[in-house]
Amino acid sequence: MGAFAGIPALLDQAPALILRGRTLDCECLLGPIDHPFHASIRGGRIIDLTPAPVLMRYWRFSYRASAVAWAEYWKPVPRPGWHDLLALTKREEAVLEGDLHPFMAHLQYFKDVLALPRSHRPTVPS
Amino acid sequence: MTGMIEPMIGRYVHVEIDGDPHRIYFEENGAGVPLVCLHTAGSDGRQWRHLLADEALAKKFRIIAFDMPWHGKSNPPASWTGEEYCLTTARYTQTIRAFCQALALEKPVVMGCSIGGRIVLNLAIEHAREFHALIGLEAADFQAPWYDTSWLHRPDVHGGEVCAALVSGLIAPQSPDASRRETLWCYMQSGPGVFKGDLYFYRVDGDLRGRVEGIDTGACPLYLLTGEYDFSCTPDDTRRTAAAIKGASLTIMEQLGHFPMSENPEQFRRYIAPVLNQILEQSISDKQGEHL
Repeated sequence: MGAFAGIPALLDQAPALILRGRTLDCECLLGPIDHPFHASIRGGRIIDLTPAPVLMRYWRFSYRASAVAWAEYWKPVPRPGWHDLLALTKREEAVLEGDLHPFMAHLQYFKDVLALPRSHRPTVPS
Repeated sequence: MTGMIEPMIGRYVHVEIDGDPHRIYFEENGAGVPLVCLHTAGSDGRQWRHLLADEALAKKFRIIAFDMPWHGKSNPPASWTGEEYCLTTARYTQTIRAFCQALALEKPVVMGCSIGGRIVLNLAIEHAREFHALIGLEAADFQAPWYDTSWLHRPDVHGGEVCAALVSGLIAPQSPDASRRETLWCYMQSGPGVFKGDLYFYRVDGDLRGRVEGIDTGACPLYLLTGEYDFSCTPDDTRRTAAAIKGASLTIMEQLGHFPMSENPEQFRRYIAPVLNQILEQSISDKQGEHL
């Protein structure tokens, strides 16, 4: 999914967001349910994003959602029930697994990082 | 040049709740039918500051918002010895009734949001005749949990940050940024374990399924209003609740989430002003009936 691959570069352009994640070093699995990415986060930056599976790669937590869910989440004004990471888990369009401590301790950071494609999507003429 | 001073006045009233003295902070503005406003779990009465300052509504209503004990400027009682805070249905009901009695409010309207909306349903079940009308915002007899509340109070996760981050998703995307941040700021300032303790009432003790059917809206009108972006108390949760209560009024509010009065005060006013006017008209009509 192209939008996901672009998140590290978008994050590099968001110093306030990096600052909020400055104490975060974490390996996690993020993205579409069937084709997630291994993300390596150091000091709030995503220094590596590699499509899974990677043989014996470790991750602490995983947040994966359906392709429909990501498309809805990244709409300029998402529809009710599709507008938040935990709204998506509640409606069973996303799954959150593993050791959730880094995710919960940096919850707003992850919500905002994973929303970055929302404000950077090209406007499609109607 | 002098600064603009807002019209609400804040004071403390000493209230006995279950025999235990409490010092309760409240703000008020206006004159007329008493309108008592209840804040959400883990926040405080600041959520109502826009309604409190509403010039037109204050001409008809005595608008009052108080901080629950452990919230905002209402400290825990002097009897507290540090045990974990835990709100129960009985305690919440006692607190509201004791506050209304301490201010000698005669048949107030009570409007509550979230846990405040849930307890309004309990007031309708158990004490309808004490109130002029009841308004439940983001209210339902029950709603499905969507996270583990143990994350709200543990030493290795910042309570203020995680509480605010959890509820941030309940705010509608259309809400102005400044109002969104202000709504979340109150969550960031809540005392340790207070949001979690409030949710004991919401999640465990305050399940009203099977009880709301007994509400008599003839004794006390009941209005339920829920924001379309509230995925905690969803519009369907409120629809189900309203459908079980004969005579309940139901409104689903567009472009609003779980905190209508603070996340987008202008949009909320479009929905709440007609409800309050309807309550007022009913009040005038009732009084005219008394004089006939």
